[in-house]
Amino acid sequence: MTEVFFFALAVFTVAAALLVVLARNIVHSAVALIFSFCGVAGIYVLLDAEFLAAVQVLIYVGGITILLLFAIMLTTRIASRAEVFNEQVWMSGLVTVGITAILVYASLAGIRVSGEAPAPSETTSALGRLLLTTHVLPFEVASVLLLAAMVGAIILARREGE
Amino acid sequence: MTPLSYYLTLGALLFGIGMFGVLTRRNAIAILMAVELMLNAVNINFIALSRYLPNSTLDGQVFAIFVITVAAAEAAVGLAIVLGLYRNFKTVNVDEINLMKW
Repeated sequence: MTEVFFFALAVFTVAAALLVVLARNIVHSAVALIFSFCGVAGIYVLLDAEFLAAVQVLIYVGGITILLLFAIMLTTRIASRAEVFNEQVWMSGLVTVGITAILVYASLAGIRVSGEAPAPSETTSALGRLLLTTHVLPFEVASVLLLAAMVGAIILARREGE
Repeated sequence: MTPLSYYLTLGALLFGIGMFGVLTRRNAIAILMAVELMLNAVNINFIALSRYLPNSTLDGQVFAIFVITVAAAEAAVGLAIVLGLYRNFKTVNVDEINLMKW
């Protein structure tokens, strides 16, 4: 039963991701990106990571895509008929297919996990405990990074002389 | 239960699609979107391995949280840079911004 859900979500996610990369209209790309992120959130639920799924929906779907859409509206001429890909598209496609084939082969053949890990219970509270005990230093560094990114983004996006 | 290799394969496919986008798209915002796809692929691998490996703690999920944090910071700063580029060059196509190219 889980496998049916997995394959449905995987096909959905990969199709949306392909649309992100291949769509001519960049607004279509951004909307397809929302669907791809939702599919990945479903994959997280299948992996018993409910908190990560909620974070994925809140930050990626609710935050980053909206930011991307704002940037698209502020910069790109959406109706332009200009070429979407640069001139190295065939070479890049070849390299990408090669590297992806190696990665897929390694994923299918490389790792053998013996036995079955037990389903975790209460991942959210355990995650909170880990973040504030074992991983408290990276947690604080991440908050400083977010502050620096926020200040930097404001300074970069501000017009000169205001 | 779905085998671990299926999740890793999904991650590999998403990573490949994202890499194609980064290498070929001309619009800087489309490149940022493709980078987000690649980060999502990495997160799928982290969470799948943290779920499936025996004796694993939740460290994979903690790392995925940090990846999401850094991705948010990257998106904010990256889009601010794109806005600055548009103000200076009147375009966001990265192959037309070649001021420092020999």
